[in-house]
Amino acid sequence: MSGRKLIIDGVSKTFMEKRGGASTVALRDFNLSIGDGEFVCLVGSSGCGKTTLLKLVAGLEHASSGAIYIDGKPVIAPGPDRGLVFQDFALFPWRDVTGNVVFGPEVLKVPLAERLRTAERCIELVGLSGSGHKYPSELSGGMKQRVAIARALANDPEVLLMDEPFGSLDAQTRYLMQKDLLGIWNVDRKTIVFVTHSVEEAVYLAERVVVMKSGPGAVKSIYPVNLSYPRRLTDNVFIALRERITADIAEEVA
Amino acid sequence: MLIWEGAALLSNLPQLFPTPVSVIVALGQLLAAPGPPGMAWAGELMGNTLISLWRVIAGFALAAVTGVFLGIIIGWWRNARDLLEPVIEILRPIPPLAWIPLSMLWFGLGFKPAVFLIWLGAFFPILLNTVLGMENTPPKLIEVAKTLGAGPWQILIKVGVPSAAPSIMAGLRIGIGIGWMCLVAAELTGSNSGLGYMIMYYYSTMEASKTVAGMLMIGIAGYLMFIGLKKLEDKILFWKAA
Repeated sequence: MSGRKLIIDGVSKTFMEKRGGASTVALRDFNLSIGDGEFVCLVGSSGCGKTTLLKLVAGLEHASSGAIYIDGKPVIAPGPDRGLVFQDFALFPWRDVTGNVVFGPEVLKVPLAERLRTAERCIELVGLSGSGHKYPSELSGGMKQRVAIARALANDPEVLLMDEPFGSLDAQTRYLMQKDLLGIWNVDRKTIVFVTHSVEEAVYLAERVVVMKSGPGAVKSIYPVNLSYPRRLTDNVFIALRERITADIAEEVA
Repeated sequence: MLIWEGAALLSNLPQLFPTPVSVIVALGQLLAAPGPPGMAWAGELMGNTLISLWRVIAGFALAAVTGVFLGIIIGWWRNARDLLEPVIEILRPIPPLAWIPLSMLWFGLGFKPAVFLIWLGAFFPILLNTVLGMENTPPKLIEVAKTLGAGPWQILIKVGVPSAAPSIMAGLRIGIGIGWMCLVAAELTGSNSGLGYMIMYYYSTMEASKTVAGMLMIGIAGYLMFIGLKKLEDKILFWKAA
């Protein structure tokens, strides 16, 4: 691990209700630091603030207190150095695959030829070569998510933020996407922060699994996964770690 | 058709209940008769149809430009909405027909008052549907655009407007229907040419078959405009199909 890419330093987030004074504390004093090129998974029960945390890192929400740093620079707004992938893809339905992937470079006014080269490279990286002219309505869920990942990669971000990206896919597609994501990570070595409900997915993918506690959200425990890739779901060490983390989360819910 | 023919014949009141055959004869006569002033070459039927079409197209185009433009502004910026909504909500319930007297005072007879009324009728459905479309831009798409580095104007042009396109097209379709109705209303009262004027004229001469022939033409022309717009819509919204 070379240097700290992403530092989340004592971040709290309180949501105010629109009417009246009621407020919800989504995150309280959240601390985490992530290395350059590291793959980190966040797991925890629903409502523990995982999505809020990703939005804060993306710059779509502002922390009530504390700060977030990318390469030592504080995050104040959304920017192309952080790519975001949603569970429900959020593709532009009026743009074809190439049009979606090229969106980032386009708004950043990258010259046309370079834009298209980048799009082609990213589409190839996610395994969708030859589908550039297809529209989102013609694609399966797995293919849509590949487009969303390619779109996020097209800006060559420092950090890839993924909010339960495979949550809505069937088991078979999900497994394939996990393998392919690891393949992409191997090529691009982006820093990845990946939120998931599935402990198995987290242990399969991450170098470190961060368990969050809820009400309000904070880091509960961190598990390094000292298994080499590709990992086997039936490996004894894998199963033991999966069970330990599952028990850890269950203790939180009880 | 046969029942119509039979019933009309039985009634034996040709000036009140024209038969299908007499309507076809009337269509032939109207096609052959000299057209309205300045359009003599086109014949009475086609001349008045062209005049009416031109009024609808002009009024509708004006309504489309102003309605979509203002709708984008109101639907996108909260402040613009708060400022303009009360004015619009007061003007909107006034039926376009209630504007006929004022339109004649302002614009006299003929082309201008008709265009004004068509604009008025088509404007509100176009405006409201555009506002609705802009407001319903999925927040996720705006967030994604932000994380990809888009600025506020780029988000408006590249996310808000295309996302509102289906709703805008629906507004245009409703608008052209209402515009067509306003045209006929305007020509019935404030005009001396056009299909609306033509059917009113043959009412006064008690030639019901020619009135019905004119009504038929209004139906056909309105239908053709609707089809044209639908074709355009399928072209613009091709990504929704599949």
